[in-house]
Amino acid sequence: MAPSGPPSHSASSGGREIQALDGLDLAVPAGEFFGLLGPNGAGKTTTIGVLTTRVRPTSGTAAVAGIDVVRDPVGVKQRIGVVPQRPNPDRQLTAIQNLLFHAAYFGIPRSVSLPRAQALLDQLEIGDRGESKVEQLSGGQQQRLMIARALIHEPEILFLDEPTVGLDPQARLALWEILRSLHQQGRTIIMTTHYMEEADRLCDRLAIIDHGKLLALDTPARLKGRAPGGTLLQITLDGEALQALQGVGSVPGVTKASGQGNELTVYAERAGETLPAILRALEQADRAPVDIRLTPPSLETLFVSLTGRKLE
Amino acid sequence: MSPSPWKVFGALVRRDVHVVSRELPFFLLRTTLQPIMFTFVFGYLLPRMGFVQRGYTGALLPGVLGVSLAFASVQAVALPMVADFGWTLEIEDRLLAPVPTWVIALEKVIAGTVQGVIAALFVLPVARLIMGPIAGLDFAHFGVVVGMTLLGAFTFSAFGLLLGTAIRGEQIGLMFGLIVAPMIFFGCAYYPWKALAAAPLVQMLVLVNPLVYVSEGMRGALTPSLPHMNLAMVTAALVLLSAIFMALGLRTFDKRAVS
Repeated sequence: MAPSGPPSHSASSGGREIQALDGLDLAVPAGEFFGLLGPNGAGKTTTIGVLTTRVRPTSGTAAVAGIDVVRDPVGVKQRIGVVPQRPNPDRQLTAIQNLLFHAAYFGIPRSVSLPRAQALLDQLEIGDRGESKVEQLSGGQQQRLMIARALIHEPEILFLDEPTVGLDPQARLALWEILRSLHQQGRTIIMTTHYMEEADRLCDRLAIIDHGKLLALDTPARLKGRAPGGTLLQITLDGEALQALQGVGSVPGVTKASGQGNELTVYAERAGETLPAILRALEQADRAPVDIRLTPPSLETLFVSLTGRKLE
Repeated sequence: MSPSPWKVFGALVRRDVHVVSRELPFFLLRTTLQPIMFTFVFGYLLPRMGFVQRGYTGALLPGVLGVSLAFASVQAVALPMVADFGWTLEIEDRLLAPVPTWVIALEKVIAGTVQGVIAALFVLPVARLIMGPIAGLDFAHFGVVVGMTLLGAFTFSAFGLLLGTAIRGEQIGLMFGLIVAPMIFFGCAYYPWKALAAAPLVQMLVLVNPLVYVSEGMRGALTPSLPHMNLAMVTAALVLLSAIFMALGLRTFDKRAVS
């Protein structure tokens, strides 16, 4: 069981109160691979911080595995593994010592942790790097070491905060494989990401959040189904977009059009057929396109329609 | 089931023993070079030149040991902690351990205390070698020596916890310039507190300096026949100061650990 209640957190800085999370109400059942998707600053890391007892919520409640994070942080820590956004291994220790000492902090004797540590390193394909100093490991290897560390005490729930940021594409794919197999073993995984593809491919269910608010919550397939009709066309114009808005909006096949500054955002069925008509409408409004970007219906287009901005 | 806090405490100690023992030569060099050089100038060169009386070494030795153990302790805790909370974030793996955060802070203070004692043990024979026979040096009150050493190191280790969690990385130079340097000069390390009667205002003002009590405590323990502050007063001051530093330090540690 891994329900997480509605955490709410606000931090004050310089007399100005910033609400990082605002009535975010979520529950994650055991065994689920759950994704928190949102742009930088959406409140993802704060949410993970609250659930992993490292950020104190100013109001609301949050529970992990049925345990309240404020009332019993020790009980929560016993049951979770955390992979941070930036690898933070103990640099004074070798790779395998990182795992052995971390296990010892959980009261696990070396006779148990040593074979487990070696098995984890093998599973994460860094089995030959156990005796290496942390600095000698690549970014991807360090991130895998962080995953091994998060698993050494066999937690019920694994938290990953943007685990693939800064990894090259190959390392990212390898990490996806690892996460998939951990999920298949029945582990509950809660991951934050701002990569649509990652969320789409890995997660059972996704929460799209921005400015600490829950915008959408569903399976990736159903979320994509909710993306507004058709292809997203983002057109940069040589002038104010508002003038062209009316003309473009009345083009047959266009389901939705909005403008901000020089940016025109249009949703259209069958973009190939609609685009020439849109261009003619622009011409009539005395506007020329500087750049045109087409995106088929996806989490990306859903996100833009929900927040009015792109993810990355 | 969560492990007992003491079991986790033991694991934290093992980690620090492992790391510190490898770094020990560098640590000793960093923390004791300054007092040893001072010993060489004031305990060897100046007496030979006839600028200070030979008996001065009796007042100097306990003070030098006090400085060594105090600043080894404060640095052992404060420097890694500023880095840990500031940019390396390495302490996170310990903050995820299933124990209350004060266990982790307390372990750092105990480890710092031990490092302070090691620094003093290292400086003692070196200083004795540099200065030659020291009038009044007396190891008869061994229990008092051990007690004062541990209490002084603990006080400064707790001070290190407070500094290391209250000070940001970019202020570390400021910390040494504005806090550590005046503390050494006005810490009665290089002159006994009683002799400050020559400047009564200074004698009163320096009483806010924790190093005064460590220096005087070491004097009372190592050179009991020479002038020194009453040991009961020294003990009371150090117990009070360490309680204040621990209470404040645990609070600031918790604030950094759980934002």
